[in-house]
Amino acid sequence: MDAPLVGFLVGLIAATLRVATPLLFATLGELYSERSGVLNLGIEGIMFLGAFAGFAAAARAEAAGWDAYLWIGLLVAALAGILMGLLMALLTVTLGLNQHVSGLGVTLLCTGLSLFGFRLVFGESAVLPRITPFATVNPLPGVPVLGTILDQHLLTYVAFSVLVPLGAWVLYRTHFGLNLRAVGENPEAADAAGIPVFRVRTIALTAGSALMAIGGAFLSLAQLGAFTPGIIAGRGWVCIALVIFARWDPVRALLGAVLFGGVFALQLRLQAQGVQLPYELLLALPYLITIAALAVAGRNAPYPGAYLKPYRRE
Amino acid sequence: MGLKLERQAAPVWVQPLLPVLAIVLTFGLTSVFVLLAGANPLRAYYHFLLEPLSSRVSLLEMLVKATPLLLTGIAVAFAFRGGFWNIGAEGQFLAGATAATAIGMSMHGMPALVAVPLMALGGFVAGMAWAFVPAVMKVELHADEVVTTLLLNTVALLCVSALLNGPWRDPISQWPQSPEIASTAILPKLVPRSRLHLGFLFAVFVVLVVGFILTQTTLGLRMRAVGLEPKAARFAGVRVERTLLVTALVSGGVAGFAGMVEVAGIHYRLIEAISGGHGYTGILVATLGNLSPLGVVLSALFVGLIDIGSQTVSRALGVPVYLGDVIQATLLLVTLAVLLLQNYRLSWRRGGAL
Repeated sequence: MDAPLVGFLVGLIAATLRVATPLLFATLGELYSERSGVLNLGIEGIMFLGAFAGFAAAARAEAAGWDAYLWIGLLVAALAGILMGLLMALLTVTLGLNQHVSGLGVTLLCTGLSLFGFRLVFGESAVLPRITPFATVNPLPGVPVLGTILDQHLLTYVAFSVLVPLGAWVLYRTHFGLNLRAVGENPEAADAAGIPVFRVRTIALTAGSALMAIGGAFLSLAQLGAFTPGIIAGRGWVCIALVIFARWDPVRALLGAVLFGGVFALQLRLQAQGVQLPYELLLALPYLITIAALAVAGRNAPYPGAYLKPYRRE
Repeated sequence: MGLKLERQAAPVWVQPLLPVLAIVLTFGLTSVFVLLAGANPLRAYYHFLLEPLSSRVSLLEMLVKATPLLLTGIAVAFAFRGGFWNIGAEGQFLAGATAATAIGMSMHGMPALVAVPLMALGGFVAGMAWAFVPAVMKVELHADEVVTTLLLNTVALLCVSALLNGPWRDPISQWPQSPEIASTAILPKLVPRSRLHLGFLFAVFVVLVVGFILTQTTLGLRMRAVGLEPKAARFAGVRVERTLLVTALVSGGVAGFAGMVEVAGIHYRLIEAISGGHGYTGILVATLGNLSPLGVVLSALFVGLIDIGSQTVSRALGVPVYLGDVIQATLLLVTLAVLLLQNYRLSWRRGGAL
């Protein structure tokens, strides 16, 4: 292969891992919610709030001269996610309200709160506030190809090598995971077996929302070092598609995130190279693939048994 | 002590009061954010709700804002009543706006009596077409329409942006926007020196028609039966699949028509922000209006008022204009919760946790 092509591919692979990271965080978060029986359409907004809250906290901490400002930002983002997860749980688990309307409401709320908060914290300055973002870690500095590909953020390493195996292990090999799947498949039977349905669902939603918020914060704290209104731009909806595409399995979610991330990265790099293409149609591809996958799977799509169904003790 | 929900229908006179209760609770909750912005909540709510109502300009502007919401609101309410969870009004709106623009741009020299009906038809059919895929997938393949309609929203937005950055890009402008539609395709103003246009009357008319279908026809009865309990409806001889399909198509068509109205009444061209969330706000309007046609009218006007009010309060007190978004979202969630009281009674119990 000639050098420019190798360079292009190496750059593409590295970018794919970077782009896939926030998708992976949020997809795992959504996967956990859905496995417990709750569709969390708050995902798009929670990612946005995570990006904002993380950035605002980090910017303030950086201005105050704290060294760990980025980690503070990440923590604040996770807390914001937890808060929204609790709200979502109050609405859909405790009160048993319509899950899609609740979720969209949470998305609208998070979007409004973030934009409102941004104006309060940073005013109407014409200059976009910026922070110095997370630096990448490179285990093989100076090594060609592999060194470039592995030159990633710590959070990317966490997502790929810790979160996915851990997520799969918790889901399939732990008591909690068993309970989670049980309340997602058949809450009545789980309740009868003594599993605390409401608590398990609340934990799943809260932990899941924290992951979504961290996924959003990755964009503002690691990738951009800034917060813009278009920072999430539908990535949350991509993750909704990814969960289905992954058939509710964490390992397949990783493959899906890489595939979808690859499409986005390819689009970005082609655009950077000035190739004339309707990029938007390339960007629409993941959605169309998911819809086609749903059409093919049809009745056999392995939705959790209690998906979208609130549970009430009558 | 714990909060306990017990199944018990509320008395009839309570029902219309529930949205009012939701509104009061919402303004109570969101006053925290007004305080955070350093303003007095009472003064803020005066500028928010009363000042717009006291001037002719902002009253008319409220009707302008309510116009697309009447349509997306009734589209969503219609679908939800019929058991089709259409989250895709946004995408159907965009499809309708795109088709209407395509027709409007080719209507130069045509009389308004040809151009406007054609655009309206185009918008309606395009919205229907955008709802058709999720509808068929639900009916034939049992694919969850919440997800398919939602994903198609983004696809619609990407298609609009592909058109505006590509073949439709207005050569004169540096922004991604289409050329203007023909002057005869533009909806006339209802009131001079305002933005209020004929589309408002169209919207009211459509709400009346859809409300009539929903409450006074056998189709409406079948739809509501399917929405309440598909199995029972099937047992009673209703063709559930066909009814769902009709529900989805009408809902998509009305949302598409909303897109046409915004193109022909306000923007006269296609822009990326042509909807800016009217489809999602339609879900708020439908929920706040308790899925009834009259409720949709009232809530569309109220949400329009919040839109205007957030600008007034921002000008008067310097509270960020996004307060309006926060209030709308809070209102949606609070309404959803408060409407539980239609069928449940809240009580405090000692000892029992929820």
